[in-house]
Amino acid sequence: MDSKVQIQSTEFDVARIYQELRDASAGQAGAIVSFVGLVRDRNEIAGDGAQVDTLTLEHYPGMTERSISVILEQAQTRWPVPWIRVVHRVGELLPNEQIVLVMTASAHRDAAFAAAEFIMDYLKTDAVLWKSERTRLGQTWLRSTAQDAARSDKWRQPDR
Amino acid sequence: MISVKFFAQLREVTGTEGFEIDALDLEGVYQVLADRYPAEVFAQLRGDNVRIAINQELVNGNRALAAGDEVALLPPVTGG
Repeated sequence: MDSKVQIQSTEFDVARIYQELRDASAGQAGAIVSFVGLVRDRNEIAGDGAQVDTLTLEHYPGMTERSISVILEQAQTRWPVPWIRVVHRVGELLPNEQIVLVMTASAHRDAAFAAAEFIMDYLKTDAVLWKSERTRLGQTWLRSTAQDAARSDKWRQPDR
Repeated sequence: MISVKFFAQLREVTGTEGFEIDALDLEGVYQVLADRYPAEVFAQLRGDNVRIAINQELVNGNRALAAGDEVALLPPVTGG
């Protein structure tokens, strides 16, 4: 298994990571799925709904990486996705900045799509990270949402 | 000594990233926190939604602690 987790405050380059993953899986992968999460300028569900000035992510160095590695191991026991890359930003971000990258490579597309969705759903509920948002109404910690909990719960149902 | 760490809103309500204390188990940590903070702050630290990690591993229930252990109080996560 070839999975890598990177936590960083700096911007990431999707093209560079994609090329690295292509090289790592060359000849064996038939599909690469890439998901990038961006900072929205408004957060009606988890935040106060006002224009977002900054989004700040706090982490627990070591444990954050490990919590994400556990998610990747779970994905790799469910689907044949030998190659996974996850990059998660921390620190202060502005609207429209890239916040998270999930890239999965597999022999066939169905496993790559499913694993990428599974990983994103669990990043929301299990990765050790905390978001706070600054708007004109002040700085607030985002709430974990029932919607996110339901999305990761659905993978626990036997028919998935 | 046991290192106690607070994250996110728990870091804000306590006004610190953490400190070192003497405690034999998690209940001992809570006793120190109950003595140190007002009831409304302690209620947040002890909240049902707060998860505990010892040396970066999640645990449930009371646990014995050894010198050098790191106890972290983690509010609900919101990554992704």
